[in-house]
Amino acid sequence: MQFFGGSEISPSAPTLTATGAGNNAHMIYIFNRNGVCLLYREWNRPLHTLNPQQDHKLMFGLLFSLKSLAAKMDPTSVDKGNLGVPQLPGQGCSFHSFRTNTYKLSFMETPSGIKFILVTNPRTGDLRETLKYIYNLYVEYVAKNPLYTPGTPIRCELFNTAVDQHVRTISS
Amino acid sequence: MAAIYSLYIINKSGGLIFYKDYGSKGRMDTNDSLRVASLWHSMHAISQQLSPITGCSGIELLEADTFDLNCFQSLTGTKFFVVCEPGTQNMEVLLKFIYELYTDYVLKNPFYEMEMPIRCELFDIKLTQAIQKDRVALLGR
Repeated sequence: MQFFGGSEISPSAPTLTATGAGNNAHMIYIFNRNGVCLLYREWNRPLHTLNPQQDHKLMFGLLFSLKSLAAKMDPTSVDKGNLGVPQLPGQGCSFHSFRTNTYKLSFMETPSGIKFILVTNPRTGDLRETLKYIYNLYVEYVAKNPLYTPGTPIRCELFNTAVDQHVRTISS
Repeated sequence: MAAIYSLYIINKSGGLIFYKDYGSKGRMDTNDSLRVASLWHSMHAISQQLSPITGCSGIELLEADTFDLNCFQSLTGTKFFVVCEPGTQNMEVLLKFIYELYTDYVLKNPFYEMEMPIRCELFDIKLTQAIQKDRVALLGR
Protein backbone atom coordinates (compact mmCIF):
# COMPACT_ATOMS: atom_id res chain seq x y z
CA MET A 1 0.00 0.00 0.00
CA GLN A 2 1.45 3.29 -1.02
CA PHE A 3 1.15 6.41 1.06
CA PHE A 4 -0.09 9.56 -0.47
CA GLY A 5 1.73 12.82 -0.13
CA GLY A 6 0.22 16.15 0.78
CA SER A 7 -3.30 16.84 -0.33
CA GLU A 8 -2.43 19.79 -2.53
CA ILE A 9 -2.85 19.15 -6.18
CA SER A 10 0.50 19.14 -7.79
CA PRO A 11 0.67 22.02 -10.26
CA SER A 12 1.90 19.74 -12.98
CA ALA A 13 -0.57 16.91 -13.29
CA PRO A 14 1.06 13.71 -14.54
CA THR A 15 -0.09 14.42 -18.04
CA LEU A 16 1.27 11.95 -20.47
CA THR A 17 1.73 13.23 -23.98
CA ALA A 18 -1.77 14.34 -24.86
CA THR A 19 -1.39 13.80 -28.56
CA GLY A 20 -3.48 10.64 -28.95
CA ALA A 21 -7.14 10.57 -29.87
CA GLY A 22 -7.75 11.61 -26.29
CA ASN A 23 -10.64 9.30 -25.65
CA ASN A 24 -9.07 6.24 -24.20
CA ALA A 25 -11.17 6.14 -21.05
CA HIS A 26 -14.41 4.21 -20.93
CA MET A 27 -15.72 4.81 -17.43
CA ILE A 28 -14.87 5.57 -13.84
CA TYR A 29 -16.32 4.20 -10.61
CA ILE A 30 -15.77 5.46 -7.09
CA PHE A 31 -16.93 3.27 -4.21
CA ASN A 32 -16.71 3.93 -0.51
CA ARG A 33 -15.69 1.24 1.94
CA ASN A 34 -19.29 0.02 2.33
CA GLY A 35 -19.70 -0.63 -1.37
CA VAL A 36 -21.85 2.42 -2.06
CA CYS A 37 -21.17 3.78 -5.53
CA LEU A 38 -20.25 7.42 -4.94
CA LEU A 39 -19.61 8.25 -8.54
CA TYR A 40 -20.11 6.59 -11.88
CA ARG A 41 -19.31 8.34 -15.13
CA GLU A 42 -19.04 6.90 -18.57
CA TRP A 43 -17.48 8.46 -21.62
CA ASN A 44 -17.50 5.68 -24.13
CA ARG A 45 -19.51 2.59 -23.34
CA PRO A 46 -21.37 1.03 -26.25
CA LEU A 47 -22.24 -2.16 -24.36
CA HIS A 48 -24.53 -2.26 -21.33
CA THR A 49 -25.25 -5.79 -20.18
CA LEU A 50 -26.94 -4.95 -16.87
CA ASN A 51 -28.89 -2.15 -15.28
CA PRO A 52 -26.71 0.44 -13.49
CA GLN A 53 -27.36 -0.78 -9.97
CA GLN A 54 -26.53 -4.38 -10.77
CA ASP A 55 -23.51 -3.27 -12.75
CA HIS A 56 -22.12 -1.40 -9.73
CA LYS A 57 -22.78 -4.33 -7.43
CA LEU A 58 -21.06 -6.73 -9.79
CA MET A 59 -18.07 -4.43 -10.13
CA PHE A 60 -17.69 -4.06 -6.38
CA GLY A 61 -18.01 -7.81 -5.94
CA LEU A 62 -15.38 -8.44 -8.59
CA LEU A 63 -12.92 -6.08 -6.92
CA PHE A 64 -13.57 -7.54 -3.48
CA SER A 65 -12.99 -11.07 -4.71
CA LEU A 66 -9.95 -10.20 -6.79
CA LYS A 67 -8.45 -8.49 -3.77
CA SER A 68 -8.90 -11.54 -1.59
CA LEU A 69 -7.58 -13.71 -4.40
CA ALA A 70 -4.47 -11.53 -4.68
CA ALA A 71 -4.00 -11.62 -0.90
CA LYS A 72 -4.25 -15.39 -0.89
CA MET A 73 -1.98 -15.90 -3.88
CA ASP A 74 0.80 -13.57 -2.71
CA PRO A 75 3.90 -15.72 -3.29
CA THR A 76 6.19 -13.61 -1.11
CA SER A 77 4.51 -13.91 2.27
CA VAL A 78 4.18 -16.99 4.43
CA ASP A 79 1.16 -16.17 6.53
CA LYS A 80 -1.71 -15.25 4.26
CA GLY A 81 -4.73 -16.11 6.35
CA ASN A 82 -7.82 -17.72 4.93
CA LEU A 83 -9.34 -17.04 1.56
CA GLY A 84 -12.19 -14.54 1.64
CA VAL A 85 -11.55 -13.03 5.05
CA PRO A 86 -12.12 -9.29 4.70
CA GLN A 87 -8.95 -7.24 4.99
CA LEU A 88 -8.37 -3.66 5.97
CA PRO A 89 -7.20 -1.29 3.25
CA GLY A 90 -3.45 -1.61 2.92
CA GLN A 91 -3.36 -4.98 4.61
CA GLY A 92 -2.10 -7.92 2.61
CA CYS A 93 -1.26 -8.02 -1.08
CA SER A 94 -3.60 -6.14 -3.37
CA PHE A 95 -3.76 -5.64 -7.11
CA HIS A 96 -3.53 -2.45 -9.11
CA SER A 97 -4.77 -3.39 -12.55
CA PHE A 98 -5.96 -6.12 -14.82
CA ARG A 99 -6.21 -6.32 -18.57
CA THR A 100 -8.53 -8.17 -20.92
CA ASN A 101 -8.55 -8.06 -24.70
CA THR A 102 -11.13 -5.24 -24.73
CA TYR A 103 -10.35 -3.11 -21.70
CA LYS A 104 -7.95 -2.40 -18.88
CA LEU A 105 -9.14 -1.77 -15.35
CA SER A 106 -6.96 0.21 -12.95
CA PHE A 107 -7.74 0.11 -9.29
CA MET A 108 -6.64 2.10 -6.28
CA GLU A 109 -7.80 1.92 -2.69
CA THR A 110 -7.11 4.76 -0.30
CA PRO A 111 -6.33 4.19 3.40
CA SER A 112 -9.91 5.18 4.21
CA GLY A 113 -11.26 2.44 1.96
CA ILE A 114 -12.41 4.56 -0.96
CA LYS A 115 -11.92 2.68 -4.20
CA PHE A 116 -11.14 4.39 -7.49
CA ILE A 117 -11.67 2.36 -10.63
CA LEU A 118 -10.78 3.55 -14.08
CA VAL A 119 -11.66 1.49 -17.13
CA THR A 120 -9.64 2.36 -20.21
CA ASN A 121 -8.39 1.11 -23.52
CA PRO A 122 -6.26 -2.06 -23.07
CA ARG A 123 -3.21 -0.36 -24.58
CA THR A 124 -2.93 2.37 -21.95
CA GLY A 125 0.08 2.19 -19.68
CA ASP A 126 0.37 2.33 -15.92
CA LEU A 127 -2.40 4.58 -14.58
CA ARG A 128 -1.51 4.58 -10.89
CA GLU A 129 -0.40 8.22 -11.07
CA THR A 130 -3.63 9.18 -12.81
CA LEU A 131 -5.67 7.55 -10.08
CA LYS A 132 -3.62 9.31 -7.41
CA TYR A 133 -4.31 12.57 -9.18
CA ILE A 134 -8.04 11.82 -9.26
CA TYR A 135 -7.83 11.05 -5.56
CA ASN A 136 -6.27 14.48 -5.05
CA LEU A 137 -9.14 16.01 -7.00
CA TYR A 138 -11.54 14.09 -4.78
CA VAL A 139 -9.90 15.45 -1.65
CA GLU A 140 -9.94 18.99 -2.99
CA TYR A 141 -13.40 19.15 -4.49
CA VAL A 142 -15.41 16.57 -2.58
CA ALA A 143 -13.93 15.87 0.84
CA LYS A 144 -13.30 19.56 1.46
CA ASN A 145 -16.75 20.56 0.23
CA PRO A 146 -18.80 21.63 3.27
CA LEU A 147 -22.05 20.71 1.55
CA TYR A 148 -21.00 17.14 0.89
CA THR A 149 -22.20 14.42 3.27
CA PRO A 150 -19.77 11.48 3.35
CA GLY A 151 -21.23 8.27 2.03
CA THR A 152 -23.64 9.89 -0.41
CA PRO A 153 -23.28 10.03 -4.19
CA ILE A 154 -21.03 12.83 -5.35
CA ARG A 155 -22.88 15.71 -6.95
CA CYS A 156 -20.16 18.22 -7.60
CA GLU A 157 -19.94 19.86 -10.98
CA LEU A 158 -16.41 21.11 -10.42
CA PHE A 159 -15.14 17.63 -9.59
CA ASN A 160 -16.85 16.13 -12.62
CA THR A 161 -15.37 18.65 -15.03
CA ALA A 162 -11.92 18.29 -13.48
CA VAL A 163 -12.09 14.50 -13.81
CA ASP A 164 -13.35 14.73 -17.39
CA GLN A 165 -10.59 17.11 -18.27
CA HIS A 166 -7.88 15.00 -16.73
CA VAL A 167 -9.14 11.74 -18.18
CA ARG A 168 -9.00 13.23 -21.66
CA THR A 169 -5.22 13.45 -21.34
CA ILE A 170 -4.77 9.69 -20.93
CA SER A 171 -2.95 8.39 -23.97
CA SER A 172 -2.44 4.85 -25.11
CA MET B 1 14.61 -16.58 -6.83
CA ALA B 2 11.96 -18.02 -8.99
CA ALA B 3 10.65 -16.17 -11.99
CA ILE B 4 7.58 -18.37 -12.06
CA TYR B 5 5.91 -19.03 -8.77
CA SER B 6 3.18 -21.46 -9.74
CA LEU B 7 1.15 -22.90 -12.58
CA TYR B 8 -2.53 -23.79 -12.58
CA ILE B 9 -4.68 -25.49 -15.18
CA ILE B 10 -8.44 -25.43 -14.72
CA ASN B 11 -11.06 -27.22 -16.78
CA LYS B 12 -14.03 -25.57 -18.44
CA SER B 13 -16.18 -25.82 -15.31
CA GLY B 14 -13.62 -24.26 -12.99
CA GLY B 15 -12.20 -27.41 -11.45
CA LEU B 16 -8.48 -27.51 -10.83
CA ILE B 17 -6.90 -30.25 -12.90
CA PHE B 18 -3.25 -29.34 -12.47
CA TYR B 19 -1.31 -27.32 -9.93
CA LYS B 20 2.41 -27.01 -9.55
CA ASP B 21 4.35 -24.77 -7.23
CA TYR B 22 7.85 -23.57 -8.13
CA GLY B 23 8.95 -22.11 -4.85
CA SER B 24 6.52 -19.55 -3.53
CA LYS B 25 6.55 -18.89 0.17
CA GLY B 26 3.77 -20.37 2.26
CA ARG B 27 2.72 -23.06 -0.18
CA MET B 28 -1.02 -23.39 -0.60
CA ASP B 29 -2.71 -26.57 0.54
CA THR B 30 -4.94 -28.60 -1.74
CA ASN B 31 -8.20 -27.09 -0.54
CA ASP B 32 -6.93 -23.56 -0.96
CA SER B 33 -5.62 -24.19 -4.46
CA LEU B 34 -8.99 -25.63 -5.47
CA ARG B 35 -10.77 -22.61 -4.03
CA VAL B 36 -8.43 -20.15 -5.68
CA ALA B 37 -8.85 -21.90 -9.03
CA SER B 38 -12.62 -21.80 -8.99
CA LEU B 39 -12.56 -18.22 -7.74
CA TRP B 40 -10.41 -17.28 -10.69
CA HIS B 41 -12.81 -19.08 -13.02
CA SER B 42 -15.73 -16.94 -11.82
CA MET B 43 -13.76 -13.70 -11.78
CA HIS B 44 -12.75 -14.43 -15.35
CA ALA B 45 -16.42 -14.84 -16.30
CA ILE B 46 -17.54 -11.71 -14.45
CA SER B 47 -14.88 -9.60 -16.10
CA GLN B 48 -16.43 -10.47 -19.45
CA GLN B 49 -19.82 -9.18 -18.30
CA LEU B 50 -18.38 -5.85 -17.22
CA SER B 51 -16.69 -5.10 -20.51
CA PRO B 52 -17.61 -1.76 -22.08
CA ILE B 53 -17.16 -3.22 -25.56
CA THR B 54 -18.42 -6.45 -27.09
CA GLY B 55 -16.13 -9.39 -27.69
CA CYS B 56 -14.39 -9.58 -24.34
CA SER B 57 -12.74 -12.90 -23.56
CA GLY B 58 -11.79 -12.40 -19.92
CA ILE B 59 -8.77 -11.34 -17.92
CA GLU B 60 -5.41 -11.93 -19.56
CA LEU B 61 -3.13 -10.25 -17.06
CA LEU B 62 -3.65 -9.33 -13.44
CA GLU B 63 -1.00 -7.09 -11.93
CA ALA B 64 -0.75 -7.26 -8.15
CA ASP B 65 1.74 -5.66 -5.77
CA THR B 66 3.98 -8.71 -5.50
CA PHE B 67 3.14 -10.83 -8.53
CA ASP B 68 1.69 -10.90 -12.03
CA LEU B 69 -0.89 -13.44 -13.07
CA ASN B 70 -0.99 -14.33 -16.76
CA CYS B 71 -3.95 -16.29 -18.02
CA PHE B 72 -4.58 -18.05 -21.30
CA GLN B 73 -7.89 -19.60 -22.20
CA SER B 74 -8.05 -22.22 -24.92
CA LEU B 75 -10.96 -22.41 -27.35
CA THR B 76 -12.49 -25.25 -25.37
CA GLY B 77 -12.51 -23.26 -22.15
CA THR B 78 -9.53 -24.78 -20.40
CA LYS B 79 -7.63 -22.03 -18.61
CA PHE B 80 -3.90 -21.99 -18.00
CA PHE B 81 -2.44 -19.43 -15.66
CA VAL B 82 0.95 -18.74 -14.19
CA VAL B 83 1.85 -16.60 -11.22
CA CYS B 84 5.18 -14.90 -11.83
CA GLU B 85 7.31 -12.02 -10.68
CA PRO B 86 5.95 -8.55 -11.46
CA GLY B 87 6.93 -7.38 -14.92
CA THR B 88 7.97 -10.76 -16.30
CA GLN B 89 7.73 -10.64 -20.09
CA ASN B 90 6.84 -13.26 -22.69
CA MET B 91 4.52 -15.22 -20.46
CA GLU B 92 1.97 -15.54 -23.28
CA VAL B 93 4.55 -17.50 -25.25
CA LEU B 94 5.20 -19.81 -22.32
CA LEU B 95 1.49 -20.35 -21.78
CA LYS B 96 0.97 -21.19 -25.45
CA PHE B 97 3.83 -23.65 -25.18
CA ILE B 98 2.33 -25.25 -22.09
CA TYR B 99 -0.93 -25.51 -23.99
CA GLU B 100 0.92 -27.32 -26.77
CA LEU B 101 2.39 -29.72 -24.24
CA TYR B 102 -1.08 -30.25 -22.82
CA THR B 103 -2.53 -31.14 -26.21
CA ASP B 104 0.38 -33.42 -27.05
CA TYR B 105 0.96 -35.25 -23.82
CA VAL B 106 -2.38 -35.06 -22.01
CA LEU B 107 -5.12 -34.98 -24.62
CA LYS B 108 -3.40 -37.54 -26.82
CA ASN B 109 -2.89 -39.84 -23.87
CA PRO B 110 -5.44 -42.66 -24.29
CA PHE B 111 -5.69 -43.17 -20.55
CA TYR B 112 -6.54 -39.57 -19.81
CA GLU B 113 -10.18 -38.84 -19.04
CA MET B 114 -11.34 -35.38 -20.08
CA GLU B 115 -11.81 -32.76 -17.35
CA MET B 116 -10.08 -34.96 -14.78
CA PRO B 117 -6.88 -34.16 -12.86
CA ILE B 118 -3.78 -34.55 -15.00
CA ARG B 119 -1.52 -37.41 -14.05
CA CYS B 120 0.77 -37.89 -17.03
CA GLU B 121 4.43 -38.53 -16.44
CA LEU B 122 5.57 -37.27 -19.84
CA PHE B 123 3.68 -34.04 -19.38
CA ASP B 124 5.38 -33.47 -16.04
CA ILE B 125 8.81 -34.10 -17.51
CA LYS B 126 8.30 -31.85 -20.53
CA LEU B 127 6.80 -29.15 -18.36
CA THR B 128 9.74 -29.15 -15.97
CA GLN B 129 12.06 -28.85 -18.97
CA ALA B 130 10.07 -25.95 -20.40
CA ILE B 131 10.02 -24.05 -17.13
CA GLN B 132 13.74 -24.67 -16.67
CA LYS B 133 14.47 -23.44 -20.17
CA ASP B 134 12.38 -20.35 -19.58
CA ARG B 135 14.26 -19.62 -16.40
CA VAL B 136 17.62 -19.96 -18.13
CA ALA B 137 16.43 -17.66 -20.91
CA LEU B 138 15.33 -15.18 -18.28
CA LEU B 139 18.69 -15.25 -16.55
CA GLY B 140 20.44 -14.69 -19.87
CA ARG B 141 18.43 -11.55 -20.53
